Amino acid sequence: MKFLRQFIIILAVSFAGELLHILIPLPIPASVYGLVLMLLALCTGILKLSQVKETAGFLIEIMPVMFIPAAVGLLDSWSALQPIWLPVVLITILTTILVMAVTGQITQCMIRSDRQKKQRKGTKNT
Amino acid sequence: MKTFLADSVFFGAVVSLAAYEAGLLIRKKFRLAVLNPLLIATVSVMAVLLLLDIEYTQYNESARYISYLLTPATVCLAVPLYQQLGLLRKNLKAVAGGITAGVLASLVSVLVLAKLFSLTHEQYVTLLPKSITTAIGMGISEELGGIQTITVAVIIVTGILGNVIADFVCKLFRIEEPIAKGLALGTASHAIGTAKAMELGEVEGAMSSLAIAVAGLLTVIGASFFANLM
Repeated sequence: MKFLRQFIIILAVSFAGELLHILIPLPIPASVYGLVLMLLALCTGILKLSQVKETAGFLIEIMPVMFIPAAVGLLDSWSALQPIWLPVVLITILTTILVMAVTGQITQCMIRSDRQKKQRKGTKNT
Repeated sequence: MKTFLADSVFFGAVVSLAAYEAGLLIRKKFRLAVLNPLLIATVSVMAVLLLLDIEYTQYNESARYISYLLTPATVCLAVPLYQQLGLLRKNLKAVAGGITAGVLASLVSVLVLAKLFSLTHEQYVTLLPKSITTAIGMGISEELGGIQTITVAVIIVTGILGNVIADFVCKLFRIEEPIAKGLALGTASHAIGTAKAMELGEVEGAMSSLAIAVAGLLTVIGASFFANLM
């Protein structure tokens, strides 16, 4: 029964997210509202980790599978894509590599400089 | 036989799941980044549909029950995020800086390349939200007057590409911190990248989940400004 109860909670939060999506006129999907609601519920203690943990873990584990139908849908958008496919492919490859490198590098530099500052502070104090 | 397969309520779901399972086996055997289970599954399902001459809409009649779980699964990404909240608080500045830089890099690079390839305004705004999660990206594309079907296609290709090249890019640019890896995956290739981040580790997965939401929201604001630049 544990899984059923956890699944009910997760679906209920998704439903609440859907409700917010309809009520607030912004291009933000139900899933993002739901993610924020779930995080708030866990932080405030309305939900305990043990009330969702196992089912959440299962759903996250099988998540890649859920993208297959949308990805196969590329079959149908091929005709729309065909006239500009070369620039689109080049832009997609270049920007994806760039965004990944920039995000990773900036984060890493900031984490490491923070750590050094803290270390220096530490040696000063001793 | 063909009409039976096309009308079946289970065919599309079975083919999709079996193709993914085959993808997992193939990766285990060869251990190559290009042999990504999602990529293998997508290509094999496409091949099956073309071979058996089944329309995508007929396949999706049953496969959509798999997609149905996507919203609850995204909601669940809050769980690993919650478990890493302490780490997030400790590195708040770096996390905020990294995601903001990534979103700006995405918008600026699409602008520059769109000018370089002399795309039309319509094609440019179609590509602007390419790095963020499908649902938000579709909304932005629609609002700015882009071509939604192409936006969705590009978002999915970006996701799969990010998922496949993540190891290579992290090695090439010496990105070693788990937090940095996670944010890079989530900011560059949304939920499909996050699926990869989850495989790398708990911290990577949690940070990638965070990046989906934050990068998505920042892009809503950023894209409306960048749309006026071309």
